[in-house]
Formats: sequence, structure tokens, C-alpha cells
Amino acid sequence: MSEVILSVKDLQVRFPLTRSMFTKRKYLYAVDGVSFELNRGETLAIVGESGSGKTTTALAIARLIKAYAGQVQLGDIDLLSLHGSELRDVRNRMQFIFQDPYSSLNPRLRAEHIVREPLDSQGRLSAQDKEQRVDELFKAVGLRPEQKRLFPHQFSGGQRQRIGIARALATQPDLIICDEPVSALDVAVQAQILNLLRKLQSEFSLTYLFISHDLGVVQHMCDYVAVMYKGKIVEYADRLSLFNNPQHSYTKELLAAVPTITL
Amino acid sequence: MQDTIHHIAPDNSADAILLSVRNLTVELTTRDGVVPVIDNMSFDLKTGGNISFVGESGCGKSMTALALMGLLPQPAGRIASGQILFNNEDLAQASDARLREIRGNDISMIFQEPMTSLNPVYTIGEQIAEVLRRHRNLDRAEATAKAIELLDAVHIPSPASRINDYPHQLSGGQRQRVMIAIALACEPKILIADEPTTALDVTVQAQIFDLLTELQEKTGTAIVLITHDMGAVARMSQDIIVMYAGRKAEQGTVAQVIRQPAHPYTHGLIAAVPHLLPTITEERPELLEIPGIVPPLSQFGQNRCLFASRCNYATEQCRQQRPEEISRENQHITACWHTDSLS
Repeated sequence: MSEVILSVKDLQVRFPLTRSMFTKRKYLYAVDGVSFELNRGETLAIVGESGSGKTTTALAIARLIKAYAGQVQLGDIDLLSLHGSELRDVRNRMQFIFQDPYSSLNPRLRAEHIVREPLDSQGRLSAQDKEQRVDELFKAVGLRPEQKRLFPHQFSGGQRQRIGIARALATQPDLIICDEPVSALDVAVQAQILNLLRKLQSEFSLTYLFISHDLGVVQHMCDYVAVMYKGKIVEYADRLSLFNNPQHSYTKELLAAVPTITL
Repeated sequence: MQDTIHHIAPDNSADAILLSVRNLTVELTTRDGVVPVIDNMSFDLKTGGNISFVGESGCGKSMTALALMGLLPQPAGRIASGQILFNNEDLAQASDARLREIRGNDISMIFQEPMTSLNPVYTIGEQIAEVLRRHRNLDRAEATAKAIELLDAVHIPSPASRINDYPHQLSGGQRQRVMIAIALACEPKILIADEPTTALDVTVQAQIFDLLTELQEKTGTAIVLITHDMGAVARMSQDIIVMYAGRKAEQGTVAQVIRQPAHPYTHGLIAAVPHLLPTITEERPELLEIPGIVPPLSQFGQNRCLFASRCNYATEQCRQQRPEEISRENQHITACWHTDSLS
């Protein structure tokens, strides 16, 4: 029996559009009734064009923007009802890997400090244990121990993304949200990071919510796919059914738009 | 007698060579000294032809485009040797004034970021009309009328009212269409497209490729595509040049190069990308990794194979001597000592 890590029910996010005294307030429904479940050790990919609400969904799940309605459960915790220190405590159970490894690392901190920061704010481990954990993480993501003392600008794009991954793994989270983790990287480096993410997943039985617009990458990485269009999930299926037998016309259109090479 | 026959080149035939780059070397002055960012590059482009440049960032693809346009970064960059023959005129020797005449008129370029390459404080109509007034000496009314025509040609709906829009009022795809309209305003013979769709969604990407193909059929413009997406290459081009560290790694037709890569770098570039497959199974093999990254500029130009440090086939010979360009069957060119051991 697989364990449900994340359960999202009827999630809604809306942004106010006009602010006039005389007209009724209008809203942009960025996420409009999204529901799905995600089991431990699996990957759910959310695909769609820019503006379809993929990232907004992820941000709302992580409580980084305010959801208007709906329910988000991480394990047995109701995320949307938490406040203050309760919320802070639960934050280290889910982590983000960001798109741009250049702007998502603090340029003034050394690599080891960046990776240690989630452990510092968690405040559970002793300095020595934290040190040891950082060493393990560096090894897991394929960075050399002597690189701990370097600053972000001394790393290449792929190495920076490895630091971002190590930071996300630091607190042994239940859920890792990967928001376009390879789209800013060069093709050759992309393969290194995708292989690393898969290797770490099987090693530590990680659960990924994987956001991407690159259907080739999604096909390679995911177990389930949710196709979003204008804030709604228009098709949800497991990997084989979605790619071998797409049902919704929008999914078909997306798949047809990708230029392919015949080997 | 035979000599004279050679001189009568069939200028208007479809197979006429429009642009011929011969042993082009471009040097860049950096803190570590003068380095060849383009190292002995040769290729031909036919009238109305299609050629793609692929490779990772930092391999000299964009620099090649800038060299063709005479837009090398100043004062750091310069053409050290070689020729860029365009209609029998050597652009490598041309004056700035002459290059200014050619740019926009005969050779145009569209860039990766349609957001940053349009001027935010002018309307898109004005930005298209400007090109026409400068290069074609049209007056204001004529230029505006032609701008509307061009917007219509790139399929922007209700062009007559949209010419008064500012770039921020358009979507990314529409901005790229405006860029294409500007680039094609003077009906250039060559259009250089530097990663024209990387910033766009897949469905919009497909529309832009369709548009480029359609306009090419209409105007007979030759397209030089710079990209890292092998899928885009297969969609758009007949010929391909794979660049690595400023050098040509492999050249051939798209079918040759994709089906039978003759250079380990090309093979790696193709195998590293998870290509969208029409039918899939449970099986998911690991992606092939090309370890490491492109060497820094300071190592460019050394007399050895610059890919050796990332290559599984590398031997002492690769580390000692730069591989020559070998021509295999049907002008399939590769620069690798061990091309025969690649299956």
C-alpha cells in the first residue's frame, strides 16, 4: 500500500484585477479547482504553457502565496490552516528547487553555509551533526568536499544547481517541489542533473512535484502527469497512458508542437 | 579556356552559393590574452538555403553570427584571418559604412529575447518603419503602410491598429513576430536567427517555426539558425554544423549527422537530451552524460582536441595534436581522431 504524501483538493488561487470604487471587483483565477494526490517515492509532473498556473499551484501548496480556497494535506497535516511557528515547523518537510541557479543562491554565503541554512533554521542538530550532514549532502549530489568553502560565483551552472539540490535535501523533506530545475541549464549539463535527481529519488525514496514545460524531460522523469490549461487540470494520467494515448485535445496539441528527431 | 567557364558562375540558379566563409578566425582580447573564439571556420550557404549551428553556450555559435553581421564586440573582437564572401564581396575587409548598408538590407538578425531587443519606448509600428525609412528611403506614410503590410505578413491580427501598440502590450510570441517583421522589412538575402524560440512556449515555438518556413518559401531568404535544440534543427534545416570551443566538430546534412554522428560530442549532444518519443514503455534508460563543461576561453586555440577531457574515446594523440577535419562520404566532415571507432 503506497503512502499518500500530498493531497490537494479543489485548490483555488485568485488575484484581484481592478480596484475601482464603482465597479465590482474582478479576479484572475490563476488556479481554479485543482485536485490531485501524490504517493511517496513518486513523481508528479505538472505541464502547461506559461501562465497556465503551474508555478502558482506549487507556490500555493508551499504556502508561499495565499490560496483562496481548497485543501492541501501534507501527510496528515492540513497545510492551509497552519500559522506562525506551526507553519515554520512544517516548512522543512517540503523544499523547493528553483529554476535559476544563478539568482537562487545567496552570493555572499559559502556553499557549505547555503546547504546548512535549512538545518540552522530548523535548530535541531548540534554544530557537529550539521557539519556531518553537510558532508553527506555534498557527497550525495556529486560535489567535492574542498568545494564547501567556495562562493556561488566560483561554480558552474550545473554545480550551482547541485548546491540547490543539496540545500533542498538537507532537512530530509517529504516533498520536493522542482520548478523547472533544468530549463536554465545547457543540454549536456541537463542530463547530469536529471540523472542525479533520479538517482537521489531511488536512493532516498524522494517525492517530487515536478514542474516543467519541456515534455521530453517530463516523459523521462515523471510517473504521473497533470496537464494544466488556464488554471485547470485538463488531463491527469499515468506516464504511459498520457504519452501513448493522450485524451484531451490540448494535450495532443502540446505533444504535436514539440519538434522531434527520428533516430 | 576552362578558366573562363569557371568565372561565369550561375548567379541566379537555386544552387548558387550566396555566402562563403573561408578559414575564418576571430580573435577576442581577454584578460588571459588573445584567444581564437572562432578557429578556422569554413562553410557555404546557398541562396535560399538553411544551415544550423548547434553546440553548448560558449562554443562560438553566436560569435559566428556576430562576425557575419560585422557586429563583433568592440574593441575586444576582430577578424584575424579568413574571408566572408557575400556575393563575391569580402565582408571581413568591408568598411563600417558598407557593413551598415549590408546589415538590415542584405543580412538581418533576430535575437533570442524578444523582450529585450525591442525598444520599450517606441511603438512597434515606429520600430518597423524606422528600418524602412533608413534603408529604403521611404517617407513616413509609405513606411507606415509597409509596416502594416509586414505585421499582416507575420500574422498579427488587426495590424492597422496594432502598429500603435508598445512592446509591453504584446505577448512573447507576438514580440518575436514583430522582430521577424523588422528583420524581413528590407527582404534580406540572409536571416540569422539566434535561438529565436528558446524564450517561448512549445506551441508558440511551433507557430514561429511555421512562420519562418512560410516566409522563406515566399521570399527565398536563406536562414542561418543558431540553437541547441536538435529537434528544432531537424524541423528547420538541411545542413548542420556542430561547434565546440570555437571549432567545427562536425558538419553534414541533418540526416547524416543525427542518424550517424561522426563526432563523440555530437553523439553526446543527441543522447543527453530526453527526446519526446511517440510511444514509450516502462523502460527508462539513464541519459548519457557529457561530463564536465566547455573549456574556458583561455584554453581555446591550443594544439589538441579541446573535447578530449570530456570524451570517452580520448587517447594520448587527442591530447597532443589538434584533429584535422576529415571528409567522410558525401561531404560529411568531422574533426576527430577516432571517428572510425564510433559506431
